[in-house]
Amino acid sequence: MISRLFDVISRRIDGPLMVALVLALALGLTVVYSASGGASVDRVLGQARNIAIAAAALWVVANIPPQALMRLAVPIYAAGLALLVAVALFGEVRNGARRWLNLGFTTLQPSEIMKISVPLMLAWYFHRHQEGITLRDYAVAAILLALPVGLVVRQPDLGTALLIFASGFFVIFLAGLSWKVIAGAAVAGLASLPFLWGMLHDYQRRRVLTLLDPAEDPLGAGYHIIQSTIAIGSGGVLGKGWLNGTQAQLDFVPERSTDFILAVFGEEFGLAGNLLLIVLYTLIIARGLMIAANASTTFARLTAGAVTLTFFTYAFVNMGMVSGILPVVGVPLPLVSYGGTALLSMLAGFGILMSISTHKQLVSS
Amino acid sequence: MSIGLALRDQRAELSTFRSRLLVAGLVALAAFGVLVARFVWLQVVQRAHYHTLAEANRISVVPVVPNRGLILDRNGEVLAANYSAYTLEVTPSKVGDVERAIDELAQVIEVSPRDRRRFRRLQEESRNFESLPIRTRLTEEEVARFAVSRYRFPGFEIKARLFRSYPHGDIASHAVGYIGRINEADVRRIEAAGLATNYKGTDHIGKLGIEGAYEKELHGTTGSEQVEIDAGGRAIRSLSRAEPQSGNNLVVTLDVKLQRVAEEAFQDFRGALVALDPATGDVLALVSRPGYDPNLFVDGIDPANWDALNNSPDKPLNNRALRGQYPPGSTIKPFMALAALTYGKRTPEQTISDPGHWMLPGVSRPFRDWKPGGHGVVNLHKSIVVSCDTYYYGLANDLGVDAIQRFMTQFGFGSRTGVDIDGELPGLQPSTDWKWQRFRQKWYAGDTISVGIGQGYWLATPMQLAVATATLANGGTPVHPRLVRAVQDARTQQVRELPVRLGDKLAIKPEHVELVKAAMVDVTRPGGTAVRAAQGAPYLVGGKTGTAQVIGMKAGEKYDEKRVKERHRDHALFIAYAPADAPRIALALLVENGGHGGSTAAPIAREVLDYYLLGKRPERKLPLVAEEAEGD
Repeated sequence: MISRLFDVISRRIDGPLMVALVLALALGLTVVYSASGGASVDRVLGQARNIAIAAAALWVVANIPPQALMRLAVPIYAAGLALLVAVALFGEVRNGARRWLNLGFTTLQPSEIMKISVPLMLAWYFHRHQEGITLRDYAVAAILLALPVGLVVRQPDLGTALLIFASGFFVIFLAGLSWKVIAGAAVAGLASLPFLWGMLHDYQRRRVLTLLDPAEDPLGAGYHIIQSTIAIGSGGVLGKGWLNGTQAQLDFVPERSTDFILAVFGEEFGLAGNLLLIVLYTLIIARGLMIAANASTTFARLTAGAVTLTFFTYAFVNMGMVSGILPVVGVPLPLVSYGGTALLSMLAGFGILMSISTHKQLVSS
Repeated sequence: MSIGLALRDQRAELSTFRSRLLVAGLVALAAFGVLVARFVWLQVVQRAHYHTLAEANRISVVPVVPNRGLILDRNGEVLAANYSAYTLEVTPSKVGDVERAIDELAQVIEVSPRDRRRFRRLQEESRNFESLPIRTRLTEEEVARFAVSRYRFPGFEIKARLFRSYPHGDIASHAVGYIGRINEADVRRIEAAGLATNYKGTDHIGKLGIEGAYEKELHGTTGSEQVEIDAGGRAIRSLSRAEPQSGNNLVVTLDVKLQRVAEEAFQDFRGALVALDPATGDVLALVSRPGYDPNLFVDGIDPANWDALNNSPDKPLNNRALRGQYPPGSTIKPFMALAALTYGKRTPEQTISDPGHWMLPGVSRPFRDWKPGGHGVVNLHKSIVVSCDTYYYGLANDLGVDAIQRFMTQFGFGSRTGVDIDGELPGLQPSTDWKWQRFRQKWYAGDTISVGIGQGYWLATPMQLAVATATLANGGTPVHPRLVRAVQDARTQQVRELPVRLGDKLAIKPEHVELVKAAMVDVTRPGGTAVRAAQGAPYLVGGKTGTAQVIGMKAGEKYDEKRVKERHRDHALFIAYAPADAPRIALALLVENGGHGGSTAAPIAREVLDYYLLGKRPERKLPLVAEEAEGD
């Protein structure tokens, strides 16, 4: 009886991936406890609840066969896009950004849905045209990608837009877009930088400038970066010990349980902790790429690859910004930062990976 | 499309996908490599640097302000004390709209209009990031009420602070002085003296009087505490502490009971009194009336009180004892007589016949005696007892102004006495040189005649008169007045006596001094001008009355007190010492617009002498009036 229950629960779960995820989430809980001052377990319990919900989503998605996911790709994408338009029209403004949709009983951040639905949609599109993918298909894919990214940039939410763009770009890249086109697009992108600069909001420009010279504005925009690098640097090789980070515990690190949680972790667990975290992330990414490589359909391959690489983007952008080598964009540290929304879309993404990894023997081409 | 072709296509597509996946995986690995390099750079190579920065972030060195030394009178009575109380302070830079925040605060604890005015004044005088008191002396209940709603008032803080209090209020205010909040001029002075470190955390500094002059002894040494702070600057815990060293206590020469007797003796009159111990120069009482309540200045004075004090025609902030420069009038006649004897210009037996005026050869205008018709035959003794002007007109003419100046300077006239608090003025002892320097004018013989009776250009402070009287009383040893007698070390409690400073004994003959002093004793006896100073006293008093003209009179014009307004009435002066044979106290006093010295000034002196020598408190008697009296 119990073994059957266990079988139902674990049938669609990829063992190695799950182990790495659980380790990273457990690590996250210990740091969230420390980042909340070590005095109360409220935040830890809250995050545990977030994890439980996200894990349930993972399990549900993992049990949906890839073919079914493929059928859902278009409706989810269409719904997500409609919601984004609705946000642009009727969205709620918080902290100067229009990101939320008030549904009366709850608020919804539709851009989060796009992190999953964009790779699904593009993978579906390339799967449909797998017999002969032409330049025109790439152009269509680019438009499918540009629509949500554009809407999210306008909210403005640079961090989420960056992740949505990354997830879509990875699909296009993995689908085999020629290097020449990529190089051309890169050159064109660089050339349009001054134009893009003009479109940025003041605070976004300041973040970029601050990265170049944080000392110029040590109490203003540079404060986040300066304090987080001090936290990480002062942690040394072995760290100051759990709950003993002075930068973190005395409030010098801003946003310490969310976007800047790596500063707390790096201060208290040192270089050793950071390396452990990078190893865990590397294992997760390696496992995800293996699942992608062994997937049996174009849709499955592209989706798995894109989801994995998007996860990598999360990790890299967050660690880069907290350690002061990338500009500050609102990207949480995956599996560690406090917060439910990003975790939900992320674990749902891993659910897709597990679905692909556990359903492939049943798939026939 | 054949199945084979499709399979080949699929295989090609798969290999493209896998190579792309490999590229992506390598890029990801390289990116993580960059991160690892960054972490190694921060956490290994630069670790010491960031460690220092993190420590600097969390550790704040907070100054620990020392307790200010107490000021005690000669009997140990406290004149300036400290007490601990809660204040509510606000740092304006941390509050958006200070006025509105204070309005809201007023709903929680009482903030009076006076508090607001005082706060506004403080705000104008200080920098925005300083913490300024909005309310002082909070009750326990008010502290509790604020604490409950403190979240509504960011930038406001309750602090326990030591306050200065002057328990005797305006009594001795001009001697003790007061402390006030450090202003920008004080900051510059502190920095110039290299004391900036020791004044970190100190809000108050001695401004006037003993508080100002002995700031160095009273302040103490500031300690420090290493405190762990959070990003908001709030102290979390103490890491280490270097205790401050309290300021030293001062023992002053004043007897506060005598001081009170002296101040109250003035009743409603303005004026000044200085009483000295003629053997040491110790200031036994230093009065300047009206006084002011120094407690008003401690937390920053509010504009209404300030204006009242500053604009009052009575000038309560002016220390008349040290800064009031008045013509000394007839009080200098004993010194003139001594000069005559010393320089051989008169013998005790020599007499003049006083017709009531004196004529300067070659000048038709007569110099009038205060007594119409004159005093008849007058010798040196009588000239002092009846205060004969005519005697001194002729004497001044014979001495010449420069000899007078030379002689009087020895008694301290014309220069600061060097009393140990600041603000003293030097008075004026005129000479031919002085007039030339000052006005580029020749000295006229007529100028000397007025100087002979302490008028004309001659100006003296009550302190100078007291010093001269003490010097005469002790037989000719100049005294340097002092207000602080001893310093009590805060740590060891040991009392260090400060040295008495005396000048070299003057070159005057004891028998001359005795002649003059004998005449001064007769001044206070029947037939003298100041009978009221010693009537019925069990000790002998040597004294001399004086009158200082407030407005100039034309020659020949009869001066009618009743006609002039009160403010234009003469100042009454009196100098005295007692007991006459072995003086223990010498004093000089001035009653502004008091009329004649014998009627208003002498009774005040008597109360002081009685209390000091007999311990007798004066009985309540009729109020002093500036009556017209026979005598000068």
